[in-house]
Amino acid sequence: MSVKEPGSFRLIATLALAGLISGLALAGVYLWARPLIEANEAAALRRAILELLPGTTEIVALTPRGERLVSFDETDPESKDLPRIYLGRNAEGKALGFAIPAEGPGFMDTIGVIYGYEPEKKVIVGMIVLESRETPGLGDRIAFDPHFLENFRALAVEPEIVSVKKGEKKNPNEVDSITGATISSKAVVSILNKGTARWRDLLDGEIEIAEESP
Amino acid sequence: MSASSVDEKLASAEFIKGLWRENPVFIAVLGLCPALAVTNSLQNALVMGAASTFVLCGSSLLVSLMRKVIPKPVRISVYIIIIATFVTIVDFVLGALMPAAQKQLGAFIALIVVNCLILGRQEAFASKNGPWLALADAAGMSLGFTLAMAMIGGIREILGNGALLGIPLFGPNFEPWVIMVLPPGGFLTLGALLAFFAYLKTFRKGAR
Repeated sequence: MSVKEPGSFRLIATLALAGLISGLALAGVYLWARPLIEANEAAALRRAILELLPGTTEIVALTPRGERLVSFDETDPESKDLPRIYLGRNAEGKALGFAIPAEGPGFMDTIGVIYGYEPEKKVIVGMIVLESRETPGLGDRIAFDPHFLENFRALAVEPEIVSVKKGEKKNPNEVDSITGATISSKAVVSILNKGTARWRDLLDGEIEIAEESP
Repeated sequence: MSASSVDEKLASAEFIKGLWRENPVFIAVLGLCPALAVTNSLQNALVMGAASTFVLCGSSLLVSLMRKVIPKPVRISVYIIIIATFVTIVDFVLGALMPAAQKQLGAFIALIVVNCLILGRQEAFASKNGPWLALADAAGMSLGFTLAMAMIGGIREILGNGALLGIPLFGPNFEPWVIMVLPPGGFLTLGALLAFFAYLKTFRKGAR
């Protein structure tokens, strides 16, 4: 008894065709979904900024140009991929602090956070995880574990932030890790340190805000 | 009796079997990863169930329609491509329409690709039967899977949070049994339910 084996060309062709059709279908769905997903992300970002800097009524997006921070120009198509941080101001126009997005490698995938920062006091006033694929039940607690998030309510960034074992936090620059999620906790600390190093000089320098004409 | 009514009878039998007699979670003990991991609340269980239903029904229908043109040596790869396509579509659609739910389920949406229940139905059923039967089988299995997850999710949310679908049930004096919404709670609930259904089965056999 012999079963006719399909030739390898047929196998390759089938897989290539399946991949092609799958790719086309996904591209179509992605084209439809992308604007909606982007709108959702923008809304989530706005909510996060308002939560980090309570009292904010106006959010000013800033981007580095040379040695200075300048207003981010949304209308300029070339500026789409520029890094941005956000200044929150209250109704009287007083600056309340900055919301700074930062990201870095976690245990599973890139962790994206946004943190509130007050440059005069040099403290972080809050941290919200925007994106993480950390282990559910362990690492993903960086996003909602109340004890862990409490670390970031008044966290000094100088000297460098360090993570310590849970319950051993003594100094304002220390972060109590989550038991069982040391790598994810350390990842958040290193993301915040990198963010601080990157923006510190710019935030201490001059900031040029284009006032909107009334 | 016309051929079509025989078909219909067969299809309804294939549909019903997934609900109880061959329930993927309680009888076949398949798809346990999502059944344990995302069932910490009824809402998560239902969203996961709906996502899996879409993926399973879509894949089964497509695999059944193409069962004669897929060469045997590469069939598993083709099934995986089909399943992964549907899973990615679900991920996009949830991200566009229900961002909060998508965030809650996180990586588990993407992990539907490796749910053995879905690949299992393609290999065991859809690749050997016509589209109508395959769809009935997929719908029954998905509904059985969703019901099982909703049961686990409901029990865990009530005991671990004192709420159902986020609505508090017992007033402020209820002390939630927190372990039920943590990972061990999933095992405890599933174990208790499996024991309960196994007991029912033996009890009924004994009575017969």
